[in-house]
Amino acid sequence: MRKILAVLCVLAVIVVGWYGAAISLNAKWTHDQAKRAGTEVQFSELVADTLSQERPVLPAPHQVAVELWKTTIQKKVTSKRSLVFHGWITLSATLMGFLIGTTAGILLAVGIVHNRAMDMSVMPWAIASQTIPILAIAPMIIVVLNSIGVQGLLPKAFISAYLSFFPVVVGMVKGLRAPDMMQLDLMKTYSARSWDVFWKLRLPSSMPYFFASIKVAIAAALVGAIVAELPAGAIRGLGARMLTGSYYGQTIQIWSALFMAAFVAACLVGLVGMMQRWTLRKMGMTQ
Amino acid sequence: MSVLFFAIVIWGLATLGAVRIANGPQQQMFWAKLAVPALLGVVIVVLWEGIVRGFGVSPVILPPPSAIAVTFVSSIPVLWGDFVQTFVKGALSGYVIGCGSAFVIAILIDRSPFLQDGLMPVGNFLAAMPIIGTAPILVMWFGFDWQSKSAVVVLMVFFPMLVNTVQGLAESSVMQRDLMKTYSASYWQTLLKLRLPAAMPFIFNGLKISTTLALIGAIVAEFFGSPIRGMGFRISTEVGALNLDMVWAEITVAALAGSAFYGCVAVIEKGVTFWHPSQRG
Repeated sequence: MRKILAVLCVLAVIVVGWYGAAISLNAKWTHDQAKRAGTEVQFSELVADTLSQERPVLPAPHQVAVELWKTTIQKKVTSKRSLVFHGWITLSATLMGFLIGTTAGILLAVGIVHNRAMDMSVMPWAIASQTIPILAIAPMIIVVLNSIGVQGLLPKAFISAYLSFFPVVVGMVKGLRAPDMMQLDLMKTYSARSWDVFWKLRLPSSMPYFFASIKVAIAAALVGAIVAELPAGAIRGLGARMLTGSYYGQTIQIWSALFMAAFVAACLVGLVGMMQRWTLRKMGMTQ
Repeated sequence: MSVLFFAIVIWGLATLGAVRIANGPQQQMFWAKLAVPALLGVVIVVLWEGIVRGFGVSPVILPPPSAIAVTFVSSIPVLWGDFVQTFVKGALSGYVIGCGSAFVIAILIDRSPFLQDGLMPVGNFLAAMPIIGTAPILVMWFGFDWQSKSAVVVLMVFFPMLVNTVQGLAESSVMQRDLMKTYSASYWQTLLKLRLPAAMPFIFNGLKISTTLALIGAIVAEFFGSPIRGMGFRISTEVGALNLDMVWAEITVAALAGSAFYGCVAVIEKGVTFWHPSQRG
């Protein structure tokens, strides 16, 4: 109860601070307009005006909320101006990339755990691959893949997959090595083949690590999909909404796309968290 | 086609060599730990070159590594200018400001359980958010030069660093804190001598995550507007002009800078947290 109160307090402070920032950041425009019209602005007029500008420097929370309501509930889902439509485009690329990345990550981790040569050669490169700012070259990859005829979801999913595979590799390698010597020895006394050791010991005991890493991976996959939508020419998806918004100074549009992205991210992470709790409870591994 | 054949032969030989070293008696030696991944790196470059030449892939799609190396060497002044603009001015300044302020704020909220309860869920939530999406907004606010890139970096590194530091400050056990109390240590003494050292593995974890985020933030922010230099600017314009070898040279710079940055932090971590189990052996 106290925790909820604390979170609500912090959120309230953020909203109040936001309104304050909106008033002070947008005041310049209002003052300029008033000077041009040759009038003085009262404080109450200033507040009313700064919170209802068409292209504010910082839109007020309720403006973003109205825009979100208009573009999600009031528009048809198939409309090009509906955020649900754009969100779905991004979400589908995210999920596809996440699936590819997670599968690749698990396979790589299995290989690393079972093969010394792979462990020694792949692991350093997997770590090095993450210091390459793939997000920064994502637009280029999209353009190049487009030019060889790969279009639609796949290029975006590829970026998402690249970002989500790494946390899965690291987490799964740790998880598959989680069973201790005693348990492995016990399997050996049963003369279990490494196939059985994998399915009956290593895989079950890696589950907590698995869920911890796919939680990171799915958030990374969403970021990848959004950035992959940035190259000029992309017209669909949350990233494209942000880019067109920044071209035309439509700050409200950028913020509503941003909130939609945050909402999708929260849903995805929450969903994974629910799956985690359910699975671990069924397996009797709840912490 | 002979180039491709040659590349595949090298691939086979290198795989054999790597397997022999990895399973041989010298597997624990220092040079073996370097040689095996290095072999994989050589294989990737040779296969890349072989495939591009063997199948005659257009340089507009994927330039061979040799062409990238030539471009890299011949345009070092341009690359250096971009590096200074993006990495030193944008990423590094944002990294220092972001991590520094997150560290200070973490210590401040650590004193108040109420703030901790309130801020941590919000911080965790924001750390998972696509913060990179604020880049267009920040570019609008702070202009096209490095200040806006720095601001994006600050936002990107802030939450991972905050979450990690707060978690690290909670790391010391009750026993240890009680011991400090029996010494009648003040808050600051406990903080400096017990809790901060105990938090160091977590703090460095946050610092390491932030190195890559900083570089990404600085480069992506340049896609939304930048002066006529900078790595992100160069990448987006050279892609438009189909000079892919220049783009790859820029990627090489980014990869080198990113790895070196990460490596520096990792070396400092090794020095500071030498006592931690993960650093032993």
